[in-house]
Order: sequence, then C-alpha cells, then structure tokens
Amino acid sequence: MTPMRPQDILLPVPSGLCCKSGGFHIDPVRPVERALITHGHSDHARAGHGAVLATQETLDIMRLRYGENFAGTTQAIRYGEEIKLGDVTVSFHPAGHVLGSAQIKVSSGGTCIVASGDYKDARDPTCAPFELVQCDVFITEATFGLPVFRHGDTALEVNKLLASVALFPDRAHLVGAYSLGKAQRVIALIREAGYDQPIYLHGAMEKITRYYQEKGIPLGELRPVKGVKKAELAGTITLAPPSATSDLWTRRFPDPVTAFASGWMRVRARARQRGVELPLVISDHADWDGLTATIAATGAGEVWVTHGQEDALVHWCQSKGLAARPLDLVGYGDEEESEVAATEESEA
Amino acid sequence: MNRFAELLDRLAYEPGRNNKLRLLTSYFREVEDPDRGYALGALTGALSFKHAKPALIRDLIAARTDPVLFALSYDYVGDLSETVALMWPRGAPHQQLVSGHPPPHPSPTRGEEAQLRAELALQATSTTYSTSVLPSEHPALTVPSPLVGEGQGGGSPTDGLSNQPPSGHNNPPPPTLTEVVITLRTLGKTEMPKQLARWLDELDETGRWALLKLVTGALRIGISARLAKTAAAALGDKDPHEVELIWPGLAPPYLDLFAWLEGRGDKPVNRDPAPFRPVMLAHAVEDSDFANMDATDYIAEWKWDGIRVQAVSGREADGRMVTRLYSRSGEDITASFPDLLPSLHLPGALDGELLVVRDHRVQSFNVLQQRLNRKTVSPKLMKEYPIHLRAYDLLGDEESDLRELPFEERRAKLEGFIQRLDDPRVDLSPTIAFATWDELRAARANPASAGAGDDAEAVEGVMLKRRDALYLPGRPKGQWWKWKHDPHIIDAVLMYAQRGHGKRSSYYSDYTFGVWTAGEAGDQLVPVGKAYFGFTDEELLQIDRFVRRNTTEKFGPVRHVVHEPEQGLVLEVAFEGLQKSPRHKSGIAMRFPRINRLRWDKPPRDADRLETLERMLKSEAAG
Repeated sequence: MTPMRPQDILLPVPSGLCCKSGGFHIDPVRPVERALITHGHSDHARAGHGAVLATQETLDIMRLRYGENFAGTTQAIRYGEEIKLGDVTVSFHPAGHVLGSAQIKVSSGGTCIVASGDYKDARDPTCAPFELVQCDVFITEATFGLPVFRHGDTALEVNKLLASVALFPDRAHLVGAYSLGKAQRVIALIREAGYDQPIYLHGAMEKITRYYQEKGIPLGELRPVKGVKKAELAGTITLAPPSATSDLWTRRFPDPVTAFASGWMRVRARARQRGVELPLVISDHADWDGLTATIAATGAGEVWVTHGQEDALVHWCQSKGLAARPLDLVGYGDEEESEVAATEESEA
Repeated sequence: MNRFAELLDRLAYEPGRNNKLRLLTSYFREVEDPDRGYALGALTGALSFKHAKPALIRDLIAARTDPVLFALSYDYVGDLSETVALMWPRGAPHQQLVSGHPPPHPSPTRGEEAQLRAELALQATSTTYSTSVLPSEHPALTVPSPLVGEGQGGGSPTDGLSNQPPSGHNNPPPPTLTEVVITLRTLGKTEMPKQLARWLDELDETGRWALLKLVTGALRIGISARLAKTAAAALGDKDPHEVELIWPGLAPPYLDLFAWLEGRGDKPVNRDPAPFRPVMLAHAVEDSDFANMDATDYIAEWKWDGIRVQAVSGREADGRMVTRLYSRSGEDITASFPDLLPSLHLPGALDGELLVVRDHRVQSFNVLQQRLNRKTVSPKLMKEYPIHLRAYDLLGDEESDLRELPFEERRAKLEGFIQRLDDPRVDLSPTIAFATWDELRAARANPASAGAGDDAEAVEGVMLKRRDALYLPGRPKGQWWKWKHDPHIIDAVLMYAQRGHGKRSSYYSDYTFGVWTAGEAGDQLVPVGKAYFGFTDEELLQIDRFVRRNTTEKFGPVRHVVHEPEQGLVLEVAFEGLQKSPRHKSGIAMRFPRINRLRWDKPPRDADRLETLERMLKSEAAG
C-alpha cells in the first residue's frame, strides 16, 4: 500500500486545519462539529464547537474563560493516549508552550503528521516539557521565525528585573505578561531567583493563576493589587496584561517602571514603540534556533509553516533540502506585534 | 565598551529628556578618561572612521549568513547594526558544518535530548573539519547549536553555561571603548574586517550593537549632540551654552573639557581661527501666533530657497587667512565651493544662503542642486553655476563675537561689513518694509512686486526675526519665525508601501503614490513620488492597517497595494516644487512631498492626472 498523501489527511480550509476522514478540525477559528484543541489561548481555543477533544488542562482553561457551556460535549485525552477517529489515529504530546498545551499527532495509512500548535523547547517550570515526535510532515508555527530572534537565558532577564527593583525601591515595577502561561512562568522564574516577597496581580490574571496553583505549581504568595494603597506598592512587582501597562490603570502605582516579558522585546524598536523601559526577553514560543533544531530533529521530510514569519522558515527548510510551504491559515496570532498587542490573549 | 554599550542600550529605551540627562551625566561622572571622552565624541558625532563603513559590515554578515534570511531580518528589524548584532553567529567558524553531513537521528523522546545529540554531533564534526568553511550552498540538513551562548532553545536549565562569553577558548576580555576607537582610527583597510569580526565574536549582543553603531557613525538613539553636551556641562554645573561656545576648538577625548568641568583645569580656549558657530533656527509660524506678536518688534526678510551656510574667515597666529564654509550642521563644505573663497577676504563669520546667481538673477533650487554633493568641482561647473552668498547675519568680526548683540545691531554691523567687503559674489539679503501683518501677508503673496523683483522665483516665504533676538544656538522659542508659502497640493493614489526604519520599523510607513495618465489600455496610474511623513500617528496606524488588508502582491519588502479606479486609498500630497526628472517614469520629481491628509472619502478615479502636474511644472519654469 502506498502511504497516503499528507494533504489527503489534513487540509487548510478557512475554518482551520481540517481532517475529512477523521471528521474533525484542529484549532478551528469558526464553530465546527468536532474540534481538537492544542492549547487554551483564545486564538486557538474558541467557544461554540459541537464536540471538543483536548487535554484536561486545556478543557479546564476553556471552562474558566468561556463558562460551563463553551462546547456541546467535551472529552479529555492524556498525553500519549491514542484515539481512533474515523480512518485516522490521533494522540496528544506535550508542546511545552503553556499548561496543558499539546502537539497533535495524526496518523493514517502509514503517514504521520504532527500539528504542533504553539511550542517551545526552552525550559518552563510551569508545564510539561516539549516532547519530540517523529513524523513525516511537521506543521510548525513561525512566530519568531527569523534568525534575529534568539531568546537568551530567562534567568538573566529575571535578574535584570530584580536588579531594577533593588535600584528603584521607591518605584513600582509593572510587568506586562500574557495572562495565560507567561504570567505564571514569570512568577515561577522570579521565585527561582530567590525573590520571596508577595507578588501582586492584575484582576484579569487572578483566575488562571489560581488554577495553576491548584494544579500544584508553586508560585509563592500572590496578592490582588486591587485595593492596595499606592504607597505600599513602592518596591513591589505587579503582573498585568500588556494592554493594562499603558493604561490609566497604571496611575495607582508610584512612578512605575514598565517592563514587558515577551520574545518581541529582542528587537529594540518593538520595545520603544510600546514605551517599554525594561524589556524582558522571555518567550513561550521557540526562538529561531529552537524552531530549526526542532524541525531537523523531527525527521520530517516535509514542513508546513504557519502563523508568523513563514517566508524565512520556509526558505531555511528548502535550503536544507526539506519540502516546505507556508500554510495560509488566518486568525492565529498575527504577523506583527502591533496586531498581537490588540488582542491581549494572542500571547507572544 | 561594556559600560558604553550599557549606556546606549538604556538611553535607547528611555523616553524622558531628564532621565536621559541623568543617565548621561552619571556615566560621565563614573567613567574614567579617556573612555568617557570618546563616548561624548560618539554621541556628538565627532568620531568618524575612514575604513569602517556600513558596506564592510554588510560583507562580514554576508559571509556568515544566508542572504535571504539576512534580507528578511533586516527588513523586519529596520536597523543594520541591530540586525547584524542579533544575527551574528556565535563562535561562528567553529560550528559550521560541511555539506553531506548526515542529519542527526530524531529522538523519540524529549526535544532537549534530540538537541543534545545534535550538538554532540556538531562538536564531533567541528574537530574533524576545517574551521573556515563557509555556509554550504548544497542542501544538507544542518542543525544550529541551540545550547551554546544566548540561545534559549534546547530546554537546558540555567546551568551557568550560558553566562559565559560566547566564543573563543581563551575568553579574551571585551575591548574598552578607547581600545576600539584607537584601533579603528589606526588600523589599515585590509586588517579592518578581521579585527571587527574578532570584536563581534568577543562581545555580547548589546556590545555588538553598540560597536556597530559606533563604527557606522549612526547612533540614532534619540540623543542630540546638544543633549550630550548639556549632560557634560551638568557635570560641572555649567551653562550648556558655555560648552557650545568652546566646542568647535575641542576634540575627543576632551581631556581639557572634563578637567575644566571637574574644576581641575582652566576653561579651554578655542584656538581655531575659523570655527563653526552652532546655528540659530526658526520655528514655523501659525496663523494663530500673530495675535500675540507685535509687528513693530520684528524685522522681515525673504526666505531664500537655497542652502543655509556659515562662511567664516579668520587669521592664524602668523597672519595667514583661513576661510571655511560650513553647512548648518557644522559640516565643512569648503572644498565644494572654491569659487566663493576669494570673495570672503575679510575676517568675520557670516550666516547666509548659498545660491546660484546668473545674469544678476537668483536661480531656483533645482539649478542650485547641480552644485550640491559634488566630490570634484570642474571649472565648467563653476562657470555654468556661479555660486553666490546672500548674507543675513554677522556672528563675529575681526574684533569680537557679536552673538550677544540684539539682531538689529548685528544687522547694522552686517550692512557695514558687506559694504567693506565690496564683492559681487556676496550681497545683503534685503529687508521687507511693512507696518502691519496684513502688509507683510500681501508682500509674501507677491514677492516680485514687494521688492524681490526677478529673484522672486527663489523666494519660498518670509522670515521674521525679533529686533532684540540674540543669536542663540538651536531653535529658541519666539525669536525667529519662518512663514513659508502655502504648498502645492494634489490628490494621488497609494500604489506601493514599504516598512519604515528605526522607530517605525514594523509599520508600513513609506508610500509610493501615483496619478492618472492615458496608457495603451486606457487610464493607468504612474508613480510620481514617495512620502514617508506628514501623517499623524493615528493616521499611520490607519494606513498600515489598510496596506496589510489590501496587499495584492509582495516584492521583497515592498507591498503592492490595491489601486483600481474604484478601489484604493487617495492621499492628499503636499509638496514644495516640481522638477523634470528623466529617472522617473512620469518624468517629474517632487520636492519635499508629504502626506497632508487621507481622503477615505474619495474614490481613486477622482484623483489628479499627470497633466495637472505637467502644467504646474511649466508655470514654475516660466516663473
């Protein structure tokens, strides 16, 4: 039997990646009958599908965000567990992106495709580490798909923050971080660096952060910032959604230093455009070296590249003798930070 | 170099002027001579290196990276130094693979294990193969080394490895700023590439970025020379104006300046017989400003459409006369205008406009342009484009510095000076008689009949100067005003857009626009210009969004934006003038075009036609 052609298994359509023979879509951007969801960020996990298959954590996060009735029915799947849907077999594997995030492996007729969703191969104390899955076709994101993006050691970035806190004991430090994943990771990294003071939270991140703590991830003492007196916030660290750090909301803080934890902070102009004084290069996406190393290590002979800087990564694959093409999927992240910033949750 | 790099990095993110000053002053206080002096030189643009040019840096990166990836990265980052600093391969020569190396076997388990294996494979290769292999052109699956240096990829815990300097087995200490400056100045052209590469290998990302900024001479971190001097002055609680006055006689690393500022030495004396004096600039006047301005307080002159220059003559100690021409930014442009020098035979410092005068008539800026940016000046060029200085201020004469005098008194001294000079190539910019703003408005509307006569074509408006204005460097408020002619305006259609640079590097902010003309298949748009300013920040966001949503094709960094009769964006473009240009398809080039307004209301078919511009050009030429 000749192996199936990959495009017979998964096909990009306007509503997302569609698997006809399995009767499902992966991370659909419009309501569909059956959806497989890689992770809980709102550009991948949307409400209103008939049936949703995802990890327990992703289902929990969707419930926290959209309420009990976010889907008709739900089914939880464990990492590594195999499920047969129509003619195809699917399994979920850790993507290392945020808590519960998964790559989805789809196999049929001897051909295996891995849709990696968003992923990172860097260390993250708040979620299961990325698992490399061998495949014939690897679908990769390209958020940081340019060789200028090398994220560096997160411990050094956190040290920069703590040094600034020590240098300006009269000022508050506001750290912009996406509320699912990035915020909890930054807190965990701050704790690893030995900072044991209470850390303050913007209201928008309380629920998700509490969920992380319930899942047994130690984050130390956290306090809501709401209702705390201005003077008491001198010398403290507060985490907030990035959009809030340039908002009237910041007036409750004494002479705040604005930080932003994101892979975009690697490029100076990005930080300046946002008025960020303390850029922290901490990303939940693989950097260029991570993307290229991962692609190479999957053993895939064909690579489909989506959301981000497709051109460069496609070029790199081709120069290494790999078949590669951009997948014109819309609705994930967006090409530029300016647009990412507009939708707070399409994390970077 | 590290302290300097850190300073530049912090300044780059600091929006507030006072905080910038604080950062600069504390740097000058904490850092030793001569490092701080070279830093001051870099910040004021006083350092330049003959053999270190952007082209050299492009060559270095081209030899180490894929050209397509570099082009995409540069387009994204929008800054050469930063792109190269970010992309520079760590320990480059040691980690490149040769073609034909088999790909590492994928690991079925954790990503980091697979990468660890990939890295081990790399290490094995690097000992076997030559260390100077260029990136392979043959398709071969190679894996970068995610675990080394700054890379976060690889899932490696913070193990201290990544804190180490990125390359070199002996970890040489990064160079000091002084070492870098001295080396760049003394090193020959042929040794330069190797030296730069060595430094780039030794420095971290911020260090590489700062080094490249220094080498290319374009810091562009929002620090003006004036601000840097102000910060230095604050070191000794001096008025920045005092530093400005002695500045032209100083040179990096400014040991005498810092000694004076710290109270360890005398005030440096400017011994240059023909120094540049920082120029005084005007604000654009708005209609609403006149309500608070009294006409009797002001003297008016024509605003000439030429090149602002400072012509300085002075005597050396031995009596020899030295004459120099400076641009308004202080660049020495003497060599481009040898034909003017004999006319400047009296000691003094004139502020004026450089013009071309033929048959007693001032020519338009288009004509003057033939004399600009020339490396060699032929006798033919000098004959066909005779250069002329029209003076409007006298900053100093044989006896004294006149800048502390009110303008009215300087003007009287200027008139005497021009009379004594008695040279046909240097004349006085006439004043315009007026008693009320309305009279001046009428003169501005019709310069030819208000005294400018045949020279009216080279008039681009009116200058207003307070009678009591001292000559202050920079753009002091309420002293000098420029009141320009209203610009020409046309409606054009957006055709192509390109990302901007620097602060705007992620936005589509450079626009090519066109107007309609008859083509073989009916009306078509022909590009007539390019503009990248004039719009507000809010409008920039709107155009950027429009470009992203209406791109029909991409050519590298250029986006082809929809421009059909019924579909597209009409831009109201303002410009100062037109000239014939064989280089442009339309045959026309605009001066100083900018986006005046966005015409969302107007369908592209109603935009202007090329014939309209051609008519404007004809009437301009007719003068």
